[in-house]
Amino acid sequence: MKVALSLFTALLLSAALAQGELRLYNWTGYTSQELLQKFEAETGIRVSLDTYDSNETLLAKLKSGATGYDIVVPSHNFVQIFVSEGLLEPIHASEMANYSNIDERWRNPDWDPGNVYTVPWQWGTTSFAVDTALYDGDIDTYEVLFNPPEVFRGRIGMFDSWDEVLPMALRYTGSEICTTDPEAFRRALEVLEAQEPYVKVYTSEGILENMIAGETAMNTYWNGATMRVRAERPTVRYAYPVEGVSGWMDNLALARGAPNKEAALTFINWFLEPENAALQSNFARYANAVSGAEAFMDEPLRTAPEIVPPEGANIIFSPTCPEEYIRLADRVWTRLKQ
Amino acid sequence: MAGRVQRTGTGASVLLALPGLFWLVTFFLLPLLFVLYASFQTRGAGGLPVPPTTLEHYERTFDVFWPVIWRTLYFSGLTTLVCLLLGFPVAFFISTRKSARARQLLLFLILLPFWTNFLVRTYALQTILGREGPLNALLLNLGVIQAPLTMLNTPFAVMLGLVYGFVPFMVLPVYASVERLDKRLLEASSDLGANDWHTFWRVVLPLTLPGIVAGSMLVFIPAIGAFVTPDLLGGTRGLMIGNLIQSQFRGRGNIPLGSAISVVLMVVVLLGLLVYTRFGERRD
Repeated sequence: MKVALSLFTALLLSAALAQGELRLYNWTGYTSQELLQKFEAETGIRVSLDTYDSNETLLAKLKSGATGYDIVVPSHNFVQIFVSEGLLEPIHASEMANYSNIDERWRNPDWDPGNVYTVPWQWGTTSFAVDTALYDGDIDTYEVLFNPPEVFRGRIGMFDSWDEVLPMALRYTGSEICTTDPEAFRRALEVLEAQEPYVKVYTSEGILENMIAGETAMNTYWNGATMRVRAERPTVRYAYPVEGVSGWMDNLALARGAPNKEAALTFINWFLEPENAALQSNFARYANAVSGAEAFMDEPLRTAPEIVPPEGANIIFSPTCPEEYIRLADRVWTRLKQ
Repeated sequence: MAGRVQRTGTGASVLLALPGLFWLVTFFLLPLLFVLYASFQTRGAGGLPVPPTTLEHYERTFDVFWPVIWRTLYFSGLTTLVCLLLGFPVAFFISTRKSARARQLLLFLILLPFWTNFLVRTYALQTILGREGPLNALLLNLGVIQAPLTMLNTPFAVMLGLVYGFVPFMVLPVYASVERLDKRLLEASSDLGANDWHTFWRVVLPLTLPGIVAGSMLVFIPAIGAFVTPDLLGGTRGLMIGNLIQSQFRGRGNIPLGSAISVVLMVVVLLGLLVYTRFGERRD
């Protein structure tokens, strides 16, 4: 009886403790532990972190029911899907004390008008990196990726994901991103098939290692990660194609049925302090949307060409594409990969 | 009385089987039924299965994915063959050692790679086969080659990875078969005038066939579903059915399509097992 009673007490105690614990569900390798420790020290709220590898994993997890997560981090082009599925709770960010810290250009974004459901976490771009030791021509065009010089034969690495590769091919062939025109996809497929003899591998894993080891001399990649490659291989440069670069923004949001809503809102508001946003950027090597954060960011990060886009860079944040686009894209990709 | 004892025995064995049965139903049968159900659903937001019911994914599997299925069967078959060609002599060599200690040591060495995670071993191969890896460095230093060889991200690398990963699964069952082989039969065959080649084909092979078939199944079936090896070591044309299924279940995937491909793969494997069991029955 005593044992049962003590077990019951322990369970009650752990449940009470869990009430004060914030549960953050974020992308793998994307959360600064230093940031979480600082938050715990300043607010007394403990944070537990769980991770996922794609927006779809997050979507499936939240759709499966009560997960116990408080804060989730969907990408900009998934926010509307999460909202329409009723998986997020409004946070009304514009009413938060630190909302004014968000840079003007990131307030009221297309994917969340009025910041009703989200605030920006980190943003970046998806393009490609080139080892200029092999090629010193103009790389700020998709021409070099899809119609590569002979020196790149068998030395190109491409993402193993149509989600990131197809927008590049569509832009190169002069099509709109969320097009549902089969002809546009046919042209994109032709370009990708013509490029294939130059491609060494389609993979989204181990790109950093491949580029550092010289396995690939040109690779589709993210801006922050390219900066890490350049630290090891200084001749690597990140491209800003004139045809348009895919921009992405990951956002802090409140999961439906969050057990620790107050703690979650506290964290979101707290993150919008310049010093805190900078701490996260220093870790992940991506830009944030908080004004004044630059002052607290590492020196290389403030001037890195990968993080600070050149004047006039054509960065496009793609909207949530219709299901027909996804169906066509999937078919093109499997046709290419088979 | 005997009847009652018999019944009690049956009841007890059913009771003992219940936890295992519960485990299999919960973690094998139910997920299997979900996969089957999902394969007939429509792709919803985020690739999740939603009504209405459709046969579209099966149509697509047979329409688009035959090249991948054939490539998978080719890679798996070739892996099995290479594992057999490497594994049989090794198993035979181990079993013919006089010293039990030597046999144990050799078997231990065969099993040693299993002490390291399969993923880590695959990454190690990636490093070894790399453009600036130790193998290329060695060949360059020896003057065998003038420029680094492209070994990584090729069908050769995939084959090497699969064989490296699965060869112990061939060695062990074949070793068990060879170990049970009555060595006096080899002497008898020799006494009756058969040369080594004849003895191998007419005596050794038929008697060790159960081990060969078991080893082949243990290699062929996991090789069909392999996705880590082709993913890390393969190039643009190394896609196997395992990769295809994996890609449908993650990222901008299509769970109903992934489920349909899984069902097709399962049927292919079951047909293989059916052939194996029939073959075994005929041999008995």
